[in-house]
Amino acid sequence: MNDTNTQTKKKFRVSPPATALLIAMVLFLLSGFLPNGFNDWASAIRQGMNILRLASFIAIIGAGQTLVIISGSEGIDLSAGSLVSVGALITYILINGNNNLILPVLMLVIITGGIVGLLNGLGIMYLKISPFVMTLSMAGVVQGAVILLTKGYYDGKVADIMTQIIARDLLPDIPGMIFVWIIIGALMTFLLERTKYGKQLFAIGVNRMTARLSGVRVTRMVVLTYVIAGALAAFAGFLLVGYTQNAGPNLGNQYLFPSIIAVAIGGTQMSGGKGSYFGTIAGAIVIQLITSLLTTMQLPQALQQIIFGSMLLGILVVYGRDKSLRA
Amino acid sequence: MPERNKSKIAQWWRNLNVRHSLGLSLILLVLTTVLYFILQPNIARSGTITRLLTSNFRTWLPVILVTIGQAIVILGGGLDLSNGSIVSVGNVILALTVTTTDEPGKNMLMVLVVIAFGLVAGLLNGFFTAYLGLQPVIITFASSFVYSGLALLLLPSPGGDIPREYTSVYRSTQVLGIPLALIVIVLAILIWSFFRQRKYGRFLFAVGGNDKAAYTTGVPVTWMKISTYVISGLLASLAAISYTLLTGSGLSSSGNDMTLASITGSVLGGISMSGGAGSVIGAVFGGIILGNIRNIISTLKLDSWWRTLVNALLIVLVLAGPGLINLIRGKKK
Repeated sequence: MNDTNTQTKKKFRVSPPATALLIAMVLFLLSGFLPNGFNDWASAIRQGMNILRLASFIAIIGAGQTLVIISGSEGIDLSAGSLVSVGALITYILINGNNNLILPVLMLVIITGGIVGLLNGLGIMYLKISPFVMTLSMAGVVQGAVILLTKGYYDGKVADIMTQIIARDLLPDIPGMIFVWIIIGALMTFLLERTKYGKQLFAIGVNRMTARLSGVRVTRMVVLTYVIAGALAAFAGFLLVGYTQNAGPNLGNQYLFPSIIAVAIGGTQMSGGKGSYFGTIAGAIVIQLITSLLTTMQLPQALQQIIFGSMLLGILVVYGRDKSLRA
Repeated sequence: MPERNKSKIAQWWRNLNVRHSLGLSLILLVLTTVLYFILQPNIARSGTITRLLTSNFRTWLPVILVTIGQAIVILGGGLDLSNGSIVSVGNVILALTVTTTDEPGKNMLMVLVVIAFGLVAGLLNGFFTAYLGLQPVIITFASSFVYSGLALLLLPSPGGDIPREYTSVYRSTQVLGIPLALIVIVLAILIWSFFRQRKYGRFLFAVGGNDKAAYTTGVPVTWMKISTYVISGLLASLAAISYTLLTGSGLSSSGNDMTLASITGSVLGGISMSGGAGSVIGAVFGGIILGNIRNIISTLKLDSWWRTLVNALLIVLVLAGPGLINLIRGKKK
């Protein structure tokens, strides 16, 4: 009797990514009622696509974040923001408008991100520094290195092909960035759901000791996860500069916490072992929608911050709860 | 699993390390302080040390106070990313309202308002994280948006003018040659050691160490966790008061840097990020170490482009220290 009861309850429980998408839909429809919102289908689609494009950057930075958070043991990557800036700056300065340099520079960007991720992973696993502190200080180091190397002066140009693919529409009304995002989303979902890496990642997220005892090489897995996260963050910087057409040493900082919150809103458990990239996508769309909505309403910056914070609290209260002690 | 430390170090030293996890931060404290004093040109002249103590501690007090609050939250197994923005709100409120010495009653009231705000903000953080069981990192970050938005709303551009009479009291009061700020810190440590010996302290460490075990043994886990956020909010409001008295003006982003400083300070002070290990004295040490590092960098007259990197590298080195030592020791065995 009791058993069937809990089973029916479970059936009706909506999954967090679905809830997030539902919230996103409602918010988007509501934005149509704003005085300077959309009036017809064409402008609605255009606006929707624009929001998706902006959300894609949060979601791609959030991809690495999702992996790190699933890996558990308070895993988090706070160096992602400054890595985005580094990726963007390297791309901006080195490519300097030259189409032929795109691939080598892309490799360099990914390797740079990977190396920083490697340092994060090594520090966390071998020096036993907590992920929060390790990646936070790494963010400072990266930021400091950027300031020292550029000395506040940087000049460059984004290659034309990048602009074509990322910033312009590839098909009518659909920006190229959306396709990049779909590819990354598919790869991430494949990585998490269908590969040995994904299985082991969830295993170490639930319990590192049992994972180790069942033959998972935990240290290698964790370090690898931080390497991937670093590479993804730098890659996101590469993409971002293709959209903004301009880089700066602080470009990525504003994306750090949105990427973490996107993961949380998407139902990935902050304590690890449970989550999906689909959720992060949904979370990123919700965050970008709220931000765009507040911008369209032309509220003062202060009110925007207050409303953004309160909405986040509200959303998280609705379904971001961890298991309570009594359960 | 961390290797059991079996080397032959003196008993008191082990005690300091294991029971209070203060060993490393004590070394750092002495090292950075000595280095700082060596770099001072007029150190031999009489009165220099007192002057330095006064000027340094009054500058460090806000950060040290938020670091103590952060340390207590971390000890209880949480994290407070909103304490800096609580400082901003307090600073803004005081800068807007305390403008003359004519109405001491009203000024006192505003100080109480700031403290009340800190308590309420901390209570909200505690309610969301401990009572509703939400993740501290994201919740306190979200609430920091609300608080810093509030600060920006109240004071869109820097301003405010605290009467000189008040600021000079904070800046130059000394009792028996001990600066006021140092007295406040010592008081905070004394209050902490009072509670540390009693039920509250034991409960706090139990909750931080393993909240499920604490819950099953009858510790009011939720209330303990909420209380840590309230204490952090209270200390943030006190930091706001001292910061306002230090600078004499208001800035809506005044506390922004303090959040991260409070976390690094806690870690430098030997507080374990996973909770349940550390002490408030460590947090004070951590705050002083941070201040020393900043002072050393500025007395070295480094090229300003180097500053961020050197600061960050020093902190990484300091954090890596104990791990490296353990790693090398482990290899030798």
